[in-house]
Amino acid sequence: MTTLRRRLVPYFLLFPGTFWLVVFFVLPMYFMARLSLDTGTLETGFRFKWQWSNYTDALSLYDSQFLRSFYYAGAATLIALVISYPLAYAIAFQAGRWKNALLFIVVAPFFITYLIRTLAWETILSDQSPLLDVLRSLGLVSSDGRLLATSGAVIAGLTYNFLPFMVLPIYASLERIDPGLIEAAKDLYASTWAAFRRVTLPLSAPGVVAGSLLTFIPAAGDYVNAFFLGSTNNHMIGNAIQGLYLTQRDYPAAASLSFVLMALILLAVFIYIRFAGSEALMGEEARRA
Amino acid sequence: MRAGKWLRKRAVMIFAGIVIAYTLIPIAIIVWFSFNDPSGKYNYTWEGATLEHWQNAFGLPELNDALLTSLRLALLATLISTVIGTLMALALVRYQFFGRRSANFLIVVPMATPEIVMGASLLSMFLVYGITLGFQTLLIAHVMFCISFVVVTVRSRLIGFDRSIEEAAQDLGANPFITFWRVTLPLILPGIVAGALLAFALSVDDFIVSNFNSGTIVTFPIFIYGAFQRGIPVEVNVIATMMFILTLGAMAFAVWQQSRAAKLASVRPPQEGEALVPVPAGGAAAG
Repeated sequence: MTTLRRRLVPYFLLFPGTFWLVVFFVLPMYFMARLSLDTGTLETGFRFKWQWSNYTDALSLYDSQFLRSFYYAGAATLIALVISYPLAYAIAFQAGRWKNALLFIVVAPFFITYLIRTLAWETILSDQSPLLDVLRSLGLVSSDGRLLATSGAVIAGLTYNFLPFMVLPIYASLERIDPGLIEAAKDLYASTWAAFRRVTLPLSAPGVVAGSLLTFIPAAGDYVNAFFLGSTNNHMIGNAIQGLYLTQRDYPAAASLSFVLMALILLAVFIYIRFAGSEALMGEEARRA
Repeated sequence: MRAGKWLRKRAVMIFAGIVIAYTLIPIAIIVWFSFNDPSGKYNYTWEGATLEHWQNAFGLPELNDALLTSLRLALLATLISTVIGTLMALALVRYQFFGRRSANFLIVVPMATPEIVMGASLLSMFLVYGITLGFQTLLIAHVMFCISFVVVTVRSRLIGFDRSIEEAAQDLGANPFITFWRVTLPLILPGIVAGALLAFALSVDDFIVSNFNSGTIVTFPIFIYGAFQRGIPVEVNVIATMMFILTLGAMAFAVWQQSRAAKLASVRPPQEGEALVPVPAGGAAAG
């Protein structure tokens, strides 16, 4: 009796959370899938009819938004990686007693509501901003050129908003590296650069992979940055899904778009992990050699 | 030559400094523009300093309602998700059972799902069942995306837990319930508090999932989104600044508490991943 009770304890502990996640996270996916195959309009009502054409329509009507989402999210991830790695490296190896203060500053943007953070970029990039004046006088932007309502503005906003997601995992993986390994490489006559490339970089690969995913996934589904910082020509797939669900109320189209987005993100993540995984493996071999 | 060497040695630090500046500039702008005195309805250009909006911080009824809704929602979502999440973390760390891997999987997947997909799918279900959107649907959604983060946070604290302390309590005649209440809970409390704070922050900050499932309810982020076209009041900057200062204060307090706890625990050096808790000198002798 007591052993049976003991064996049931974990299930009792798990039940409320599992119930909540199954009913409000897993089950909704099924309903979205069903809705994506409905036919009809808001006036006539929607009926389930295996309407696969919703998917082909969604892809052909919104292909540019899909491409833009992946282009913007990819660019933001890449820029965030280039910015974050040296920062994470400096915090992990060179910051000394300022380490915690610097980490604190890295997450500071999270203490400001997401939407307001994005609005700050609206101020920075606006037509009256000093930044635009400087860029114009340097000839980097033509005299009637704008910063706001461009692809660059949306990418800048995405990069800024998800930067801590990139810095923290890279920092965590760098922090774990045994400094003795780097010293050993240098004792064996590796230059600073060679030691970095063949020891530090491969060992921090898991952080780079995690950071890239944590940046790319929310960026690809985002529509706030495109709404605040872009024009309608910069709208991403999130803007289309939001409009279809909440304004036009074409639920089947909206649901099929969401599904395609999820599938494409999963595919991108899968390809990336395979690619990055083999990369990390090569680093491992290089280290052993 | 000398300058070149100096620069090369510090290149990473200098670059890091620039990135830090880049991180802080937008925050500085938000604070700075909370003192702006715009003549039109848009708060994008600096037109002179005033304290008017700080004095009027809570003078806009619509904004106040949105803030109160956000606060109420975040408190409830935090309470529910922290209790549920802590139970899940306990089950996952302490027991070997059939289905453990699937349970882990179920917890990780929501964290890797784009918010828009979570929001849209939940809305789809509510639409199919004809459920009216409102505070309840928002609460359901917020608890849903908070649970995973609570589980992960609490679990990381539980992993380094020294179970011999519990055995000691039971040897001294405490039943399992008292052991949990008087020994386990106080020891894992820092982890639970960290999880709760994270859940609260996620809930207050959430826009995308809320946008899909709010109906006519207006939270703080939804208010900002709605006010975008007609011009966002300067008071929003004031409140954002207040929230920023409040969070800074809370963080500073947490750091101070931890360093105090660390000092008390310094009799026995803490193991990696272990909660920093005071250990009386007598107890340390055993370890």
